[in-house]
Amino acid sequence: MLKLDNISKVYKVGTFGGKELRAVSNVSFNVKDGEVVSLIGESGSGKTTIGKMILRLIPISSGTISFNGIDISTLSGSALKQYYRNVQGVFQDPFSSYNPIFKADRVFRIIREEFFPEIEGREWNNKVENSLKAVGLNPGDVLDKFPHQLSGGQLQRFLIARALLLDIQFLVADEIISMLDASTRIDVLNLLADLKSRGLSILFITHDLALGYYISERAVMLYQGCVVETGSTERIYDHPLHPYTKMLMASVPRLDKKWEEIEVELKAKHSELTGGCVYYARCPVADKDGGCARDRPTLIEVERDHFVACIRCRDQRNSVSD
Amino acid sequence: MSLQVKNLRVYYQTLRGDVQALEGATFTVADREIMGLAGESGCGKTTLGHSLIRLTPPMRFVEGSVTLNNQELPIWDMERMNVFRFKEISIIPQYAMNAMNPTRKIGKMTEELLRSRQVDFRATLPELKRRLDLVKLSHDVLNMYPIELSGGMKQRMVMVLSTLLDPSLVIADEITSALDVSSQKAVAEMLVEFRNQGCCKSAIVITHDISILYQIADSIMVMYAGQLAEKASTGVIIHTPRHPYTKLLISSLPKVGVKHAEKRLTGIPGSPPLLLNPPVGCRFRERCPAALDQCVEEPPFIEIEKDHFVACWKVFEENAQA
Repeated sequence: MLKLDNISKVYKVGTFGGKELRAVSNVSFNVKDGEVVSLIGESGSGKTTIGKMILRLIPISSGTISFNGIDISTLSGSALKQYYRNVQGVFQDPFSSYNPIFKADRVFRIIREEFFPEIEGREWNNKVENSLKAVGLNPGDVLDKFPHQLSGGQLQRFLIARALLLDIQFLVADEIISMLDASTRIDVLNLLADLKSRGLSILFITHDLALGYYISERAVMLYQGCVVETGSTERIYDHPLHPYTKMLMASVPRLDKKWEEIEVELKAKHSELTGGCVYYARCPVADKDGGCARDRPTLIEVERDHFVACIRCRDQRNSVSD
Repeated sequence: MSLQVKNLRVYYQTLRGDVQALEGATFTVADREIMGLAGESGCGKTTLGHSLIRLTPPMRFVEGSVTLNNQELPIWDMERMNVFRFKEISIIPQYAMNAMNPTRKIGKMTEELLRSRQVDFRATLPELKRRLDLVKLSHDVLNMYPIELSGGMKQRMVMVLSTLLDPSLVIADEITSALDVSSQKAVAEMLVEFRNQGCCKSAIVITHDISILYQIADSIMVMYAGQLAEKASTGVIIHTPRHPYTKLLISSLPKVGVKHAEKRLTGIPGSPPLLLNPPVGCRFRERCPAALDQCVEEPPFIEIEKDHFVACWKVFEENAQA
């Protein structure tokens, strides 16, 4: 359904845009119909940038994103509007997604004015109520209220309901539950899972590995704008191969097991990217004299549907197979 | 006994009346204990933490007593608390991002901070440097402005500053929530290391992330809507909680290895009561699956086993039967 092909994003930073910051480099993956893919990485790894590029909020520096076979960067006018009927996003902070001066249901009215000017009042109200019920909200409780009168979980579900008013096929969910409390968090997550079973594809952007595992079939691990490992969630979580993924898995606080004694290298400042592996500076198993500092590893398939970008992993695998 | 809090009641003054944010908290924190304080947002955990160190309007002290090392703290009196702040009791604030003065170099700011407490900066410098080593920050940060540090570095710097004068009690307010999983682990472990090295005697760690507490805390106290629900050692709270709220809260947390398709987790239906005019009796009554008729009376917070405090009529009844 959605295909990212070798996309990169370069921001111009510094005085007069003299420096370049590669936020995303050569990322490729695709999301199939009715599939949930989680995009996992630390802050600054380019997760949100990818989400924004899919939603066409920022232009792509190079590469193509295609939706149902159509390159989205060429869309304009009514074709773009049609794209937004199909693809919508929900973002991290539900409080800042609303204008505090207006009532929260204004987000629905905007949708109506923009996309459904022909629909009649009563029919529209039914549609809104159905969509609110679909996200587990009682329309009487939440309509005609100001944003501050609703809880974070309610506001977040409101935004999902807004997306459901259009016939969306793809949802970019950018850290949508990290601001919510543990008790409401799981409800929003279950809601996403229910929508998925109705055929919606979701790109679930998160830094929380447990949440990523809970709802998605495939995971894409991102580090400094590069995909370091990708594959089915079970394989990645049970057999992480890239040292970065291993480190992340070991530092997730869990309830069933105390932290393992894995030394966590703290993140350095965004280092100047040289030709070598992006994770070279923090990697505990980096080969100082070998290729790690010199060559950027490419994704290789280590087993069926499990790709890793690490020279050391390839070496290990060779030694195992020998 | 390092810290003893008895029947502490703190309200917020608003135009529409008092918000009963903290209702009769009674607990102790032993020497060298790291106590975790968990609960949903708006449950009063930050109010409790802040009232111990800086009780400013609109917060209003109603009643209660706080004793630190057999000395009563005049928490209702801003002026008299000055003697204790920073030296005896200190806070690592939420949003360390904004905790430091952006117009001063960090070294200069530390000097001013120490001077305000009549402590010589030069004499403290070796100890300061030792602690910077402890949190793996280079000594150069003293010559930098806060803007030059990353989020995790700022958080560690603020930790060093807060504990510089070896306070008896440190209140760590959501110190890990804004960080990545890998920095989260490092910062949390550093807090334990600080306790082990004697940089602080005991600590109260306020967070909504129970899995972090499982990793570092000795005991966990769970709050609900301004009341204490349960306090026990970490293992007991996680594995054999007694209070219905704690049980629901723990079971709603997604763990790595749980998939939606296999096991659907459920949240806690309903939402916490408004604290402006809270219901009498147990405040969890409305959402509680095990509510009894007796719950309209407020349950006392009593010790049912050694070091295991619960406020729930249902639990008392079960205990009486056993």
